[in-house]
Amino acid sequence: MTTNGLLQIVVFFAILLVSAKPLGVYIARVFERKRTWLDFALAPMERLLYKATGIDPEKEMRWTEYLAAMLVFSAATFALTYMVERMQHMLPFNPQHLAGVAPALAWNTAVSFTTNTNWQSYSPEGTMSYLTEMLGLASHNFWSAAAGLALAIAFIRGIARREMRTLGNFWADLTRGTLWVLVPLSSVLAIALVSQGVVQNLRSYDTAHLVETQSQTGADGKIATVTTQSIAQGPVASQEAIKMLGTNGGGFFNANSAHPFENPTPLTNLLQMLAIFLIPAALTVTLGQMTGSPKHGWAVFATMSMLWLAGTLLCYHAESQANPLMHGVAQQLTSMQSGGNMEGKEVRFGIANSALFATVTTDASCGAVNAMHDSFTPLGGLVPLVNILLGEVIFGGVGAGMYGMLIFVILAVFIAGLMVGRTPEYFGKKIEAYDVQMAMLYLLIFPLVILGFSAVSVLAPGFGLSSLANHGPHGLSEILYAYTSATGNNGSAFAGLNANTPWYNTSLGIAMFAGRFLMLIPMLAVAGNLAAKKRVPPTAGTFPVTTPLFTVLLTGVIVIVGALTFFPVLALGPVLEHLLLHAGRSF
Amino acid sequence: MQKLVRTAVLYTAITSVFLGLVYPLAITAVAHLVFPSQAAGQLLHNSQGELVGSALIGQPFSGPRYFHSRPSAAGAGYDAAASSGSNLAPTNKALIDRVQSSVAAEQAMNHSAAAVPVDLVTASGSGLDPDITPAAAEYQVLRVAAARAIDPARLRLLVQQHTTQRQFGLLGEPRVAVLPLNLALDALLVSR
Repeated sequence: MTTNGLLQIVVFFAILLVSAKPLGVYIARVFERKRTWLDFALAPMERLLYKATGIDPEKEMRWTEYLAAMLVFSAATFALTYMVERMQHMLPFNPQHLAGVAPALAWNTAVSFTTNTNWQSYSPEGTMSYLTEMLGLASHNFWSAAAGLALAIAFIRGIARREMRTLGNFWADLTRGTLWVLVPLSSVLAIALVSQGVVQNLRSYDTAHLVETQSQTGADGKIATVTTQSIAQGPVASQEAIKMLGTNGGGFFNANSAHPFENPTPLTNLLQMLAIFLIPAALTVTLGQMTGSPKHGWAVFATMSMLWLAGTLLCYHAESQANPLMHGVAQQLTSMQSGGNMEGKEVRFGIANSALFATVTTDASCGAVNAMHDSFTPLGGLVPLVNILLGEVIFGGVGAGMYGMLIFVILAVFIAGLMVGRTPEYFGKKIEAYDVQMAMLYLLIFPLVILGFSAVSVLAPGFGLSSLANHGPHGLSEILYAYTSATGNNGSAFAGLNANTPWYNTSLGIAMFAGRFLMLIPMLAVAGNLAAKKRVPPTAGTFPVTTPLFTVLLTGVIVIVGALTFFPVLALGPVLEHLLLHAGRSF
Repeated sequence: MQKLVRTAVLYTAITSVFLGLVYPLAITAVAHLVFPSQAAGQLLHNSQGELVGSALIGQPFSGPRYFHSRPSAAGAGYDAAASSGSNLAPTNKALIDRVQSSVAAEQAMNHSAAAVPVDLVTASGSGLDPDITPAAAEYQVLRVAAARAIDPARLRLLVQQHTTQRQFGLLGEPRVAVLPLNLALDALLVSR
């Protein structure tokens, strides 16, 4: 670790801290339908959209209605993306004349983008036309993020409201999140990215003449002469911006944010990392605003920050280490190189920015990568895996991180209540059996899906193990990471695993589906139940949710629940690999 | 239910046009007006006007007369239509074998037994990394200077000119852009 590396991490956090409050206050105003400075342009568009679609934005919805609207909307967007993929060869903006996408892959991809996962079983530059990228995928980056945002706002309303049966109007929340938050932010970010060199065009791929002709030995042993380089292009910046801001993470290119056309400079890298955390961090302020307790928002922010920092430092430290199996390689830090584990990393980012990016993208449910997690050291790769396994509540996805965290808050308040032997309260709402049952259901669906599918894959040499690129304990990590990423709606990968097979495309699709939609049901049930409750005045026995003690308790609950659930499998994967690596074993 | 489905379909149709077409095309238009070179990928042409690559995308080099880029897992190597990392784990034999054979090759070509800078024998995440570290450039200076019969001091100066320091003195890592450096090497020969 270097002073400069640590300083870059500090600068990243400082900018995040400063931006969280103004944006969080703004988001609260947007969803409380107060005036904002963008109303002059956006309000007419909003009215027009409601008129054309027959939406009454004032109509309040119960949690079941809110859920139904979200599910039907997701189904409609899913169908559109599936159709665009299948028919891309007949549609415009396809200069490379790419064929229609095969059914299993089109299904997997449509589920992936509908659920805000952006898991990619395919290599985009050889599979998806520009139209599919723009109309089928980038549009989904807006929709799935706006839907997540709407759900988080609904949950916050459930906490803030009293003796009401409704949580707001899904369509109005969806529209205001898209128009007032996502579109303005991504437009500005997209242009900033272009200025640094992120490409934005609709041209066919370029063919360059190599400066030095290369001879390459093919798999068949024949020597081929290579004189040209094909350079993929596309409307990248517009998609890159919302890919980050919406914590989607699906790359325009296979290498994602490691690709120089997606992430050309250290500045674009910083902007991209900030874009991932920006809205989730602001939502803690929004929580404080809408519940009338800004300190509660900051207490939650502090929990997230502590877990983020711990992950970042561990990952940075692990990736700075030399690989003991390599000989004759200068891996130490000097003034002329950052050293460390450079397999799968870009020189312009070095160790510090690769470790920070990996931590940020998995704390949130983004899943974009600027370095290949599969090639991380065992402990460096453990950090992203654990981040997702903790439920992506360390800032988390747009909206999804906030409602996931609020489930943990309810659990923490419940545990605090048990300790003092009183009925727990959260903002004066009694937390009762039904709320805790639903919260536990939310928390149990997650490991059930991950561990269930991983177990089946590990026991199936024919269709599970055959996709592995790495063996030994790392193979287990590869499979575990895939289902963790899918169920957590993250989308990053230990990408050596060949997931474009019928088994993985199907089972990962189901995992993504369960991770998004099955977990919504208990979450919204809690919100609806909370909204209906009376608020009782606080007493001397009420556990305050604004103090450092609360922050520590909440952090403890998250870590303990995660550790108790997943420690055994982590011990057999990354931890064992770490021990074997330093004992000199390879596989 | 019927009304809900109708609303959802209409909503998807209308917003898809706005978010999926109007937004990216508007960004494309603005990008072309304000940052035309960046939007096109910072393409490089030689004196005959031939396209020789992009300043942002690495290229393979294997002879003694050019600075070498890092190993690449993109297609058959630096295929910018198939970006990819190796995704090999640190405990994978295939990775260790590949690195050791790169080490042997670099040491033989540079007539040096010194340890090879790590970036020069590891594949990047994109397979298209345009850069090497200053350490990896320095490691190759004497060889390139000998192959081209130029003064190493002069070559170091050229390397320095193609070294990008940390952005704002803070962000990222110092790096040497290989393709522009090698193009400058060839230009040097022509101008002599």
